[in-house]
Amino acid sequence: MTHLATLFPSLPSALAGDGDAHGTAHRAAEGAAAAATWIGGATAHPEYSWAGWILLLPLLSAVFCFLCGAFRVKNKLPALVTIAALGSAFGLVLTLYLKYDPTHASGPMTVHLFDWIRVVWGEKPGQSFVADWSLYIDGLTLFWMLFVTGLGTLIAIFASEYMESDVGGNYCRFFGAVGIFLFAMGSLVMGGNLALLYLGWEGVGVASYLLIGYYYGKPTAVAAAKKAFVMNRVGDLGLLVGIYLTWRHFGSIDYATIFKACSETIANGSHGGDWTKGLIPYFLMLGAFGKSAQIPLFTWLPDAMEGPTPVSALIHAATMVTAGVYLIARLYPLFLLHPHALHTVAWIGGLTAFLAATIGMMQYDMKRVFAYSTVSQLGYMFLGLGVGTTFGACYHVFTHAFFKALLFLASGAVMHGFAGQLDIRKISGLRNVPGFKIVAWTMLIGCLWLSALPFTAAFFSKDTILLVAMTDESHGNRILAWLGLLTALMTAYYTFRVWFRVCGGETAYQPGDEAHGHDDHGHDADHGHGHGHSHGHAADAHGFHPHAPRFAINGVLLLLAVGAILAGLPGLIEFLKMGPNWAAEMIAASSATIGVPNLTEGLAGGHAEHAHHATVLGMDGHTAMFLLSTVAGFGGIAIAAYYHLVRRRAAETLKQALLANPLIGWLPRALENKWYVDELYDALFRYPIVVFGGHVLAWIDRYILDGGIINGIARIPAWIGRLFQPLYNGLLQGYAITMVGGIGLILAWIVYVWMKGGI
Amino acid sequence: MTTVLPSLASGLASVALAASDAVVSPADPRLVQVALVISVLLFVIGLIGFLTRRNMIMMFLCTELMLQAACIAFVTFGRMHMNASGQVFVIFILTVAAAEAALALGLVVLLYRKRETLSSEAWAELKE
Repeated sequence: MTHLATLFPSLPSALAGDGDAHGTAHRAAEGAAAAATWIGGATAHPEYSWAGWILLLPLLSAVFCFLCGAFRVKNKLPALVTIAALGSAFGLVLTLYLKYDPTHASGPMTVHLFDWIRVVWGEKPGQSFVADWSLYIDGLTLFWMLFVTGLGTLIAIFASEYMESDVGGNYCRFFGAVGIFLFAMGSLVMGGNLALLYLGWEGVGVASYLLIGYYYGKPTAVAAAKKAFVMNRVGDLGLLVGIYLTWRHFGSIDYATIFKACSETIANGSHGGDWTKGLIPYFLMLGAFGKSAQIPLFTWLPDAMEGPTPVSALIHAATMVTAGVYLIARLYPLFLLHPHALHTVAWIGGLTAFLAATIGMMQYDMKRVFAYSTVSQLGYMFLGLGVGTTFGACYHVFTHAFFKALLFLASGAVMHGFAGQLDIRKISGLRNVPGFKIVAWTMLIGCLWLSALPFTAAFFSKDTILLVAMTDESHGNRILAWLGLLTALMTAYYTFRVWFRVCGGETAYQPGDEAHGHDDHGHDADHGHGHGHSHGHAADAHGFHPHAPRFAINGVLLLLAVGAILAGLPGLIEFLKMGPNWAAEMIAASSATIGVPNLTEGLAGGHAEHAHHATVLGMDGHTAMFLLSTVAGFGGIAIAAYYHLVRRRAAETLKQALLANPLIGWLPRALENKWYVDELYDALFRYPIVVFGGHVLAWIDRYILDGGIINGIARIPAWIGRLFQPLYNGLLQGYAITMVGGIGLILAWIVYVWMKGGI
Repeated sequence: MTTVLPSLASGLASVALAASDAVVSPADPRLVQVALVISVLLFVIGLIGFLTRRNMIMMFLCTELMLQAACIAFVTFGRMHMNASGQVFVIFILTVAAAEAALALGLVVLLYRKRETLSSEAWAELKE
């Protein structure tokens, strides 16, 4: 334990308040070779144009699936095609990684596929808007694409069995949307400019909307889809404005150009441009917060669990919601444009992690618990980005993707087997139910990993983040680290609360209210009152036989468990000093290092920075963090074990006691009701709009616009008409005389002019 | 009337002249004058008839008179410019007038059936 200190990855604070120039100079002096070369421009590699197939394959499979829907295919063909396409895409990413090897390449690579938008109205820089279909490939890109396509393939395999009750049109629709999602995600991650990123950003939003609202017959699902879409619009507007400002200040939206300009800016220590330049990170941040469900835009993600569980696993846990983290990591240099941008990110992340964890402790819906834990873990990632460890944040994305997908798919298997049952009070002892052994034990792995117990993957990734936050004394980062530790305790508690309730204890279960294994948890409205006997007469195991998962579900769960274990390997290798951390190398070989000093310290093997590490509780930072997070993890599990495994009745007693207490009785109520955030938003935004739009504007429309202006103008011709109405006597001859008289007058006038010699 | 009659007289004289003479210039102003005077007379007769009669059939016939007056003017001017367009127009007008006559008489029959009278005053409430 004593030399843990020297073994642990050390990533001191990147951004002390005094500016970025200092950090860069520091790094330059240190000569961190890998990072320095990556600041240079990207090189074009047209020979890699086959990488475009990584995007094209999912798109083609989506088209194929929709065609299957049009031709009424009633078998699993769409699933097979999607699995094949996604698997091939994963193979291509892997080939690209092996051939290109970002950790040893000399710089990022761009691959130009074809021209797209080219608007040029002048010669000077900034007088053009060029967005081609080009790929920007570096360590970050490949790091992301590896788990996106890999998990996409696995989850498509899982879904092929999970969705089988929908075989037919809906099955085609599901896999078509998955194909669209993978295409959009690929464009988001691999695109070489911000326009492609935005295209992908909106594309994943559309796919998410389509899949949350997959059960479009269910009002809660439709409402959840709408909510996700609307809340994401708020964030996306921020992203759009951020992209516009970026283009305005850099004259380009190409990554290569932007990063080059940023590196020069950082090196010179000067920020040109007007004050709007400092707004860029804040607008981009808003986009990231929307997509990654951070305060204030986090409430859509728990509701998004209305979608089918594979979608929750793929889109709303593992890949799409990490797009915000990707955005900030990818555009890290832009976040140095304002001194407080990253501190904002850190605080938002830390607070979201804490808030979501508190809500997660009091939910009874399995998927909702995991949804809040996703929000919470995303908060950790933003905390990591904010305190300057892009490596920690991205590595946590990577590890989280595996164990959270595993947890979701395991709860999906439970839903599949128990007719949509998700209430953790109504299933117990799953480990002894025949056919569910694999589900229960792989779920345990997921829970252990989520709790970040020592030597699990999340332990390496999360504690990197917390360590950096803890050893940084500026801007209250240390407070955030303590908050993060408290969150870790809560995480372990709520995770094992689920596992002990569902898998531990005596075997007893009630089926859900879905006859055919559809997803359903629209009954959370009655969760709040602590009754466990509402679903009537099916409350015993006699009339109901759980539908045990078969090969595809079990196989994917096992593969994901293996994946989750392997995801911790890079951290373990570094921990045991057997070599550099693969993930750190990958992130170091990307734009996420620009402006981040010492990222490659672990690679260089130098620990020269340790001297100024703050001590924590009188110990060296590494040792202290190791002990603290171990205590937090095991502490949370111990509390969960007491209340939810050993003495389950104690939990209910405690809850009643708390509710009866007038002083803190509001707390459990507030937690069960998700801190009333939805109600707050309703009061702040929805009701004002309803009242203002429905009553005030409607009144203005009816009485001022319609009544006053429009009908007023319409009345003018009527008045004029009434003025001349007496001329019309209805007699044909009268009209004829008028006509003749008119002609006569005209003729007389012509003759008069003629006589005067006018013509 | 004081100017019309002498010109009519000279016009008739020129027609007589034309009959006696073998060669008449196509654009002879006298010929044009006579034809135009006839056209004007026809038109005025029609107009007066239209304004004074109340019988719808008579009114319709008067409009036909005015139309034919216009036709004569067309042919005359065509002759004056040695151009066939005037005659072509007249052929068109005749065709359209035939159709229009059928339509108008049909209308008159319908109107008659509604009010059992041919007087145009029966339809004065259309003023609103």
